[in-house]
Amino acid sequence: MDKILSMLADPNMQWIFLGCTLLGLSSGVIGCFSYLRKQSLMGDTLAHAALPGICIAFMLTGVKSIGLFLIGAGIAGLAATLGIGYITRNSKLKQDAAMGIVLSGFFGLGIVLLTFIQHGNYGNQSGLDKFMFGQAASMIASDVVAMTIVCGLLISVCALLFKQFKIISFDPGFARGIGYPVAFLEQLLMFLIVVAVVAGIQAVGVVLVAALLITPAVSARYWTDRLGLMVILSGLIGAASGAAGTWISASVSNLPTGPVTVLAATMLFGISVLFGPKRGLVAKRLMRRKAKRRFNRDTELHAQGSVKKEAAL
Amino acid sequence: MSEFWILLTGALVASCCGILGVFLVLRKMAMIGDAISHSVMPGIVIAFLLSGSRDSLLMMFAALVFGLLTTFLIQMFQNSGIQSDASIGVVFTALFAIGVVLVSLYARQVHLDQDAILYGEIAYVHWNIWELGGMNMGPKAVWLLGFTLLVIVAVITIFYKQFKLCAFDPALAAAIGIPAAAFHYLLMGLVSMATVSSFESVGAILVVGLLIIPASTAYLLTDRLGVMIMLSVAAGVASTFIGYYAAALLDASIAGCMVCAAGVLFAAALLFSPTQGIVVKKLRLRRLAS
Repeated sequence: MDKILSMLADPNMQWIFLGCTLLGLSSGVIGCFSYLRKQSLMGDTLAHAALPGICIAFMLTGVKSIGLFLIGAGIAGLAATLGIGYITRNSKLKQDAAMGIVLSGFFGLGIVLLTFIQHGNYGNQSGLDKFMFGQAASMIASDVVAMTIVCGLLISVCALLFKQFKIISFDPGFARGIGYPVAFLEQLLMFLIVVAVVAGIQAVGVVLVAALLITPAVSARYWTDRLGLMVILSGLIGAASGAAGTWISASVSNLPTGPVTVLAATMLFGISVLFGPKRGLVAKRLMRRKAKRRFNRDTELHAQGSVKKEAAL
Repeated sequence: MSEFWILLTGALVASCCGILGVFLVLRKMAMIGDAISHSVMPGIVIAFLLSGSRDSLLMMFAALVFGLLTTFLIQMFQNSGIQSDASIGVVFTALFAIGVVLVSLYARQVHLDQDAILYGEIAYVHWNIWELGGMNMGPKAVWLLGFTLLVIVAVITIFYKQFKLCAFDPALAAAIGIPAAAFHYLLMGLVSMATVSSFESVGAILVVGLLIIPASTAYLLTDRLGVMIMLSVAAGVASTFIGYYAAALLDASIAGCMVCAAGVLFAAALLFSPTQGIVVKKLRLRRLAS
């Protein structure tokens, strides 16, 4: 207990804690829209595709700064989305195969560049491999500040364009009809996903950052049918898992942040699957039992009724 | 000699993945292949902690269990109303996270680090020799992969007609009494086996590249299933060779270069395929217009 308190008293730790909570919050919010637009695995693809972008940014500049990585990963993510679109439009391959090709192709390139950096003399490259699984504790103050600003921006853009995103998620045809720039909004949403993924990479890692987008959104879907509520719940679930992940991984040595965060989110998902109202397994079981009882009672009454009728005759 | 063993291992990995990848691409389940290649991780780690060796049949079995568990969970969540891609995302990230946590908790006891799982160690394949009665039988990985390839070829040959029908018209397959679900799980079981025997050489994440990319390349080049399987294996083996020599030239990861080579071959097929290539189509249009 002392250890936990002393950890929370450490100002650096407080910053990291805050950063990861905000990160969970913002990716949970964005994840809702990507879930509703049936693009959940896009986050995974973009995260893997970001790796070569990060490596190239590092090779060109030789410094580890989250801002530069954001630019590199953003460009790589954009190239990945364009590549997926190009393959699906110009060949008979479907989107899942196109995603798989782009994901593994970019990731392979990223690993080539990563080993290239490790073997070459690029000075201070230690810690670049931490991007795989994320190590929140390795972040420095400026990283956390950058991450906090990015997350704040993401949340405010979502809040401002909530109505627009809502319409393009549910009925893009209608949105086009009433004159919204649908293509622009879709690109913007994709860009926001790229930003959320890149912001999360340092804390959660390339491999698992997609879970921050998917799992909270799916869990929130179990509790409500209203988008507003779903976005808030998903944000809260993401924030809780981000906080839990940072905290646990910082208190146990040698434990990367990413997997712990993902497991925390998965636990909340499990709770939602079991206890969600209407959709949850328990609620469904109860409903089925109630329906069965009502059916039995009705048929019994019906049977009694017909017996009486026969007696009267 | 080491070069020979590395190339042989790579070719075996490419053949295992190439054959199965064809069915994944045709059934539009490329991302399930991706999911399985991630989620066999906890199986690999648990088997490793139990047996202490890296190439046991126990590991194969554990991976098989986790692969089928993944398939089952994805199916279950999908049936309960979650979109298919979201259920894939939830399941594989959770299982992969368990695997990584296990590795990091027991990293000091076991010789199984995150790098090995991510990038594979194909360059060290020839150091892990199987000795039988004092005789040098060659690298263990080659035997393991050879066994896997044998199983895959046997199963696919025996049930070729069934797999073919399930790939192209699952509804018809179900109607004429082929247990489509059983073949689905059989295919996924084979994918898990291929993944676990390849992970040591190319890493858990790049396996998916060898599963999907050569199969997609072949898909663009032909319309016949038999030819597609052959082409897929050929593309995979070709990317192994190109990747190995490119890696030697660049001093970079062999597995990464293999996947990049596969990507380059795919791009070539996308542009220059004799029937469906983008450039070829453009030229044909121009000829028609003039």
